[in-house]
Amino acid sequence: MTATLDKSRDLAASAGKAPRQGGLWRRLRKDWWIYLFLLPTLVGYGAYTVYPLVASWWFAFLDWPGFADAGTFIGIENFERLVGDDLFWNSFRNSLVFLALAVPLRVGLALFLAILLNRKRTPFKGLLRTLFFLPVVTTGAIIGVVFTLLLDGSGPISVAMVGLGLLDSPANFVAESGTSLYAGVAVWVWKWLGITMIYWLAALQTIPDEVHEAAMLDGARPWQEFRSITLPLLIPFLVIITLIDTVGALNVFDLMYTMTGGGPAFSSEVIEIFIFRTAFGATVPQLGYASAAAVLFGVLTMGLAVAQAVGVRWARRATGGMK
Amino acid sequence: MSAPTRERTTGGRRLPAPGRGAIRPDGLRAQLTRPGSLLIFLGLLIAALIWIYPFIWLVSASLKTQPEIFGSGLGLIPETPVWENYSRAWTVVGFDRYFLNSVIITGGTVLLIVVRSALAGYVLGRYQFVGKKLLIAIFLITFFLPEGYTIIPVVQLTDQIGLLNTHLGVILGLGAGGQVAATLLYAGYFSGLPKELEECARLDGAGHFRTFFQVMLPLAWPITATVIILNFLFAWNVYLLPLVFTLSEPALRTLAVGMSAFIGEYSTDWSGLAAAAVISLLPVMAVFIALQRKFVDSIAGAVKQ
Repeated sequence: MTATLDKSRDLAASAGKAPRQGGLWRRLRKDWWIYLFLLPTLVGYGAYTVYPLVASWWFAFLDWPGFADAGTFIGIENFERLVGDDLFWNSFRNSLVFLALAVPLRVGLALFLAILLNRKRTPFKGLLRTLFFLPVVTTGAIIGVVFTLLLDGSGPISVAMVGLGLLDSPANFVAESGTSLYAGVAVWVWKWLGITMIYWLAALQTIPDEVHEAAMLDGARPWQEFRSITLPLLIPFLVIITLIDTVGALNVFDLMYTMTGGGPAFSSEVIEIFIFRTAFGATVPQLGYASAAAVLFGVLTMGLAVAQAVGVRWARRATGGMK
Repeated sequence: MSAPTRERTTGGRRLPAPGRGAIRPDGLRAQLTRPGSLLIFLGLLIAALIWIYPFIWLVSASLKTQPEIFGSGLGLIPETPVWENYSRAWTVVGFDRYFLNSVIITGGTVLLIVVRSALAGYVLGRYQFVGKKLLIAIFLITFFLPEGYTIIPVVQLTDQIGLLNTHLGVILGLGAGGQVAATLLYAGYFSGLPKELEECARLDGAGHFRTFFQVMLPLAWPITATVIILNFLFAWNVYLLPLVFTLSEPALRTLAVGMSAFIGEYSTDWSGLAAAAVISLLPVMAVFIALQRKFVDSIAGAVKQ
């Protein structure tokens, strides 16, 4: 009997209802089972996420040719080399160009599509959503390979564009240094548009019908209503969706690597391909040097995430705490 | 962007407001007889067909002969279907092996993620304990960590514990770290369940583990389904880590990695390549089409959370 009572009191205490009591050690001992539940995550997360996060910084200060057991400490030499490495800056610039083009295209087109597919009067909405969503579930690496065929000079896209008079002569967009990066942008937007469309549909459904009805009663035209009612309500979502898509655009390795391999002549080499090539693809892999590039890449990502987190807070305040 | 519509953009399916007969849920014919609506629908339909054209083209290319793929322009119907493309991709290039690898790695990764996120999400969602805030802070900091950032230490670690070039090594690399979203989904769900359920189980004499596995985990099935779906997609399609882990062990390649190796080793076999691509894309697309409602709801739900 007393044992049962103790048990239920334990439960109440561990559920945080009772005031905190006892020393740290006592609490740890009482909650031993909680830590047992957490064990797989603590070990896995420690080894595969936290350790790599820290180790990358350490590796960045090593001269470490692959195949060697360990590197030797060389201070900031890797970073000095990176600053002077034209190919690194080339990949950095390619990544930024990719972000600047692909993210607004994906976010904007998806919003347009979501608005059309959110209308009550559009028939076959479910089917249309499915069709636009289909590329999302496919394998990026395989899509990359398939598009080398589709975008070939004698492939269907080139043939269609010549037929429509958009091109004078057949062109292989993947194999030309002037267009390879933009071909990557286009295929990436094509592949991922559907999922951003779903994000937007989820966002649009948070706007109550009454808001639209009030706007209609006030005689607002659709464009006015979109600009002065729908859009402001969507701004917090805009920031979050842009953040998700931006991080997605930094993880474009599979598609770009299999489609262009970063070429021709490094014209579509984004940062992840630079890291992969330096760490694993070269005849003499340079793990330390690649880690330094990865660290700079990570700083860039974190910077973008922080900037957007600040943006979310600002947007929330500006729209009066709308969620 | 031009004004997209003269109609209201509405949220969920609600009953029409009183006195506004015009927004009654319309029949298909009524929906299409409005000129604006018809135009928008046709535009969307054409866009959607262009959207999935690459897949249709791929299936047709997988049944064509080598010269026919590039000779026939936009034509989709093969002269005579060449089914040998499939048997060539399947056996000669080794896609049977790659397929098995993909199944093992995807299954193991999903299982690992479900078990560890459910356990962690349960205590995170329902209990206070020392270190909880720190744990959540670490989760949030690493939420958007790109794969390319961690790959070098992950390879080095896997090498040191002797699991490089094994299935288990790939599964741990994919499923042991990261995946914050799954844990947070479980935490959110468990925190909303009534406390009495657990108390009853405890009073009946069930320990922490029995309470969790026999009472709480079965209740969380909707979230488990979501986590399985999202991570099946992730693990089946992932490329960088399996590529790096199998650079020196081609027999361990997944479908995604095997595809790109195909290009280097058999650079002229375009029709075999197309067949291989169909083999690789088919399972995930079939699963998606079978479960599409659940897929889309999962993603929308995860975003709203």
